[in-house]
Amino acid sequence: MSAGTIHDIGYRHYDGRRLSRPYVLRSLYVHNLRAAWGLGRPARAKVMPFLLVAIMLLPAAGDVAVVAVSKEPSTLWRYSAYPVYLQVVIAIFLATQAPVLASRELRFHVVPLYFSRPVGQLDFVLAKLAAMTSALFLLMATPVTVLYVGGLVNKVPDSVDHALRYLGALVGVGLFAVVLAALGLVVAAFTPRRGFGVAAVIAVFMLSSAFVLIIQGIAEAETNFAFSGWMGLFTPFNLVDAVQVRLLGAEKTAVAVPPAPLGGPVALLVCLAVVLGSTAVLYRRFRKGADL
Amino acid sequence: MNATIALITLRAMLGRRRALLLFALPLLLLMLAAALRITGNADLEVSASVLQGFALATVLPLLALIAGTGVIGPEIDDGQIMYILTKPIRRHVVVVTKLVVAIALVVVFAVMPTLMAGLVLTGMTADLAVAFTAGTLVAGVAYGAVFVALAVASRNAVTIGLLYALVWESLLGNFAPGARSVSIQQWGLSVADAITSTSAVEASVRTPAAVLLLVCVTVLATVLAVMRLRTLSVAAAE
Repeated sequence: MSAGTIHDIGYRHYDGRRLSRPYVLRSLYVHNLRAAWGLGRPARAKVMPFLLVAIMLLPAAGDVAVVAVSKEPSTLWRYSAYPVYLQVVIAIFLATQAPVLASRELRFHVVPLYFSRPVGQLDFVLAKLAAMTSALFLLMATPVTVLYVGGLVNKVPDSVDHALRYLGALVGVGLFAVVLAALGLVVAAFTPRRGFGVAAVIAVFMLSSAFVLIIQGIAEAETNFAFSGWMGLFTPFNLVDAVQVRLLGAEKTAVAVPPAPLGGPVALLVCLAVVLGSTAVLYRRFRKGADL
Repeated sequence: MNATIALITLRAMLGRRRALLLFALPLLLLMLAAALRITGNADLEVSASVLQGFALATVLPLLALIAGTGVIGPEIDDGQIMYILTKPIRRHVVVVTKLVVAIALVVVFAVMPTLMAGLVLTGMTADLAVAFTAGTLVAGVAYGAVFVALAVASRNAVTIGLLYALVWESLLGNFAPGARSVSIQQWGLSVADAITSTSAVEASVRTPAAVLLLVCVTVLATVLAVMRLRTLSVAAAE
């Protein structure tokens, strides 16, 4: 016997319709979005995301109640400030759910199973990023919408101005969502061990924020406000707030934002760099995870 | 104490890249301290706020959370804990061993760096470094016990721990003074307040009460963890 031969033993070929690349992308996206909320997983996995949504909604509902009782429109929180005020809760949501999306396949070494099908490696990463972004957007946009609707119901004056600020805040929330999702997924993808991913993501957010706050405190004490503003670019929530203030016309919520002419575009560029860089890193990480 | 369990746990905690995370947290603290010292900003007030806001309120809870849940949580999750529980070892020995490893990690990666950062920042002025070392040490022991108990009791231990340490202690503590009295961080700060002579450190709980509460919480958490481990049922992971 020389070379091996392949015999046709009568397996039927697949001659049905081939579903397209958008179909693959959409399936992965829906699957990941459901996973981010614990849908399709045991009840244990649903507790935390929905508990955190409840915590996110609580201050908004309370604030609307205060406006309704006191009839003071000024007590309505600013829409763009909401994610910054509740950044700890958002960071905890990201920390618990980013490992669900980014760590599990790597931990159980099942990434090759995806890539042995017609799933593009970039599509795989983009679907995860989009799903985490959507989950975060829902988390933040819901209470902001509650605030807006509460304001409408209570007949807050300047309804046009409120609508504009609400739309601006939604754009800001979208930017928050994509920047946070990108950072969270990258950190989670490099810490596949259970529990460590959560701690690593939260450590990145809390340490950067505490670090920057201390530096800003000292800089402000020395009346060096420009430096304090530029330092804000080093922590995610302050970074996006800088874009909100300089490009979306919101009021300042973080301690300091970079000065006017350059601050906004630079902050937006940093956001863009974070998202693109994270996508590239995730792409490489999952390619490596695809090796058996 | 069981030396073999301690060794295995330590290896699981420090193996491969995981140790990097543990090193990164205190390294940032030391870098901040050194930077403040070099730029001449390390007066007593700034030093106290760095040690309180960064060392005691951020690095310590995060590290205690990683160490406390990390020593036992993953083993329960993937069912490996069975190999220990089916050996003739008393459950309280298992829990105490895990707790000792967690506390040792906290001491090495959070308490010692706090001492070093304090010395870099202020030297021996007003005993600030010593005060915060003592404060982080007692708070670290209590955090460790609580987080080990959480990890035995719940699969969501890390998230619950984060909610407690960040939302309850930091966020609510700023708005509602009542939440501040039920906070390990404040009890640790109270111990630090008693040792240092500077008025830059102000705790809201009196020191004898704080020490008593710290001891109670540590003992109670350890006992609960032992009781919970006695009746642990191991389900399939995820």
